[in-house]
Amino acid sequence: MSEPSSTDKKVIPIAVAAPEAAPPESPTGAMIRTLGLVSAICGLIIVGAYQGTYDAVAANKRIATERAVFKVLPKAKSIEEFVAQAGGGIAKVGAGDTAIPPGAVKFFAAYDESGKLAGIAAEGVGKGYADNVRIMFGYQPDCQCVVGIGVVSMRETPGIGDKIITDKEFLANFTALDVKLKADLSALANEVKAVKHGSKANAWQIDAIAGATITSRAVGKAINDSAQALLPRLVPKLDTLAKKS
Amino acid sequence: MNAAQYKTWDEFMEGVWRQNPVFVMVLGMCPTLAVTVSAINAISMGVATLFVLVCSCGLVSLMRKLTPKEVRIAVYIVIIATFVTAVDYAIQAISLALYDALGAFIQLIVVNCIILGRAEAHAAKNPPLPAMINAAGMGVGFTIGLLALGVVREILGAGTLFGVALFGAGFQPWVIMVLPPGGFFVLGAWLLLFSWWARRKAGLPAKEATPHV
Repeated sequence: MSEPSSTDKKVIPIAVAAPEAAPPESPTGAMIRTLGLVSAICGLIIVGAYQGTYDAVAANKRIATERAVFKVLPKAKSIEEFVAQAGGGIAKVGAGDTAIPPGAVKFFAAYDESGKLAGIAAEGVGKGYADNVRIMFGYQPDCQCVVGIGVVSMRETPGIGDKIITDKEFLANFTALDVKLKADLSALANEVKAVKHGSKANAWQIDAIAGATITSRAVGKAINDSAQALLPRLVPKLDTLAKKS
Repeated sequence: MNAAQYKTWDEFMEGVWRQNPVFVMVLGMCPTLAVTVSAINAISMGVATLFVLVCSCGLVSLMRKLTPKEVRIAVYIVIIATFVTAVDYAIQAISLALYDALGAFIQLIVVNCIILGRAEAHAAKNPPLPAMINAAGMGVGFTIGLLALGVVREILGAGTLFGVALFGAGFQPWVIMVLPPGGFFVLGAWLLLFSWWARRKAGLPAKEATPHV
């Protein structure tokens, strides 16, 4: 190193005023040249990083989604992604498609080893105590019920709100939570709702965790909103999903 | 060690010890308090910052003679943001769980004052190698600071260290330590310890501490 390294030992390095008096102005060309050069270098680095990690990121996202679906539908061996469109149709989402048409609801069809439909999984969002609670739930067409839930993301209080992952009594609500549709398939026959701890009387109610009522309600609302939007469109078309395509 | 080696070592230790970003300069408190709920989060955040620091200071230093002072802040921010974006993708590729745990704080490295401070105060005036060594020292110092908080908070707040349970099943975690207030408690305790230590080393009696009103 030929150049002496400067001594900023005693200087706290925030907003140090330049000491020189009235420095000459830099030519406009130099500024544009430097900014252009920096932008070009940085552009290359970003594109390189994006392309270099693209496959790994996509694989990670897929694994994370599969894990969440397999957790709520243990019999599933493979999944396919679909959207239920606003008009009522169902369309498959190809690999690489990320944009979802407006009004459409995304869901996953899970298949077992022989390629038979093992269940439907969908995400739901409810306002929790600290932030939105995003959950994944499994739907079983045979019994028209929710058969399992998993948390996709939440920021609930550790030790209190996060009991929705661990509390066995609470999770027992989701072995057969009733989400039957009305006879005309327009909406759920009964609204899914979390009720006060110990007062669950019907198969469509969720027994809330004592002390974590708000988080429990968020789970109930997440399932209700998502099921209300998805099931009326999905149930009439279930036949088309029965076999893996 | 010969003189040149000593100088390099000194340059490195500057950030690790004498000007430790967390304990001495008290910079970059936003990620320090927010992500240190576990040791692994703290290390990941520290290493991500270290990488951005070293790369951006290297590039800032390479460009220092081409950079007119009128546009220097724009140049630094573009360079820093570039490496933050690269780190962002890299963490998504390594582990989505980690990416979710660190949340917005990866992107917020862009405005971490340690990095802009290093670029402005050191990298812009020095050749690439010393600039990168100095930056690496700062990054290591930051990582040590985060780790010091992360370890204490994880042990007290969850009873684990790097995810391994330390105590028996009877341990009741001190939950507040992994909540935001716990970050302030632990940081305060570390700062207290460090200033007491520094005073003792300087031979000053603890009693004559400047009163902060």
